[in-house]
Amino acid sequence: MADRVLDAKGLNCPLPIIRTKKVLKDMTAGATLEVLATDPGSVADFSAFCRTTGNEMVEQGQDGTVYRFVIRRAAA
Amino acid sequence: MSPQGDGAGSANAPKSMTIIVTKGSLDWAYPPFILGTTAAAMGVDVTMFFTFYGLPLLLKKLDLQVTPLGNPAMKMPMAGMHMVMPNIVGMIPGVDAIASKMMKNMIASKGVASIEELREMAVDADINMIACQMTMDLFEYKLEDMIGGIKLGGAATYMENALKSDINLYI
Repeated sequence: MADRVLDAKGLNCPLPIIRTKKVLKDMTAGATLEVLATDPGSVADFSAFCRTTGNEMVEQGQDGTVYRFVIRRAAA
Repeated sequence: MSPQGDGAGSANAPKSMTIIVTKGSLDWAYPPFILGTTAAAMGVDVTMFFTFYGLPLLLKKLDLQVTPLGNPAMKMPMAGMHMVMPNIVGMIPGVDAIASKMMKNMIASKGVASIEELREMAVDADINMIACQMTMDLFEYKLEDMIGGIKLGGAATYMENALKSDINLYI
């Protein structure tokens, strides 16, 4: 179970990433955030976001049309 | 990998990007704001330089329009097809307003942010937004017409930022 959940369903690029960053900023290092999104582009984008920012993609999955990402916040 | 890297600046400086924003129609306003806000969310220091027709994107009240005139690539989804507006139709007064209204409805229904929202995110993300002083003079805009948190500057101000940036875009 992630520490926080962000519902980004129905939002299109770049909103899911920007909302995610906003939530991560207020979380402590090591805490996990679960993001739910329906934008198919988010699959590639969340991986790129994590590789670039150092936040860790802990889990990734899909349930029907909903994509699910669990991200662990990197140390600042 | 982290955004700290071998940027043009010192070894530990975050990556940086500049964008010259030269166009202010509804469609052309998207790429600079989407890239700018996303880069900022990825830890990049972003500078946006608003010049010529891009400058009005900093006005407090936005009323962005799109025109199908001279744009054969603008294909609007309609009745399950994609329609191109012939130039002769695009020339009729009021067609731009209708096309703009349609585009804004599409944007809202597809969960795409409005330019107003993206611009607010750009301000929140501390993006360095510079209004071109020469364009302000040329088109007779006053600083009080513009949103807060922007700076005034010219080509040299832009160049100083561009020279130390990893990415420089002209849109």
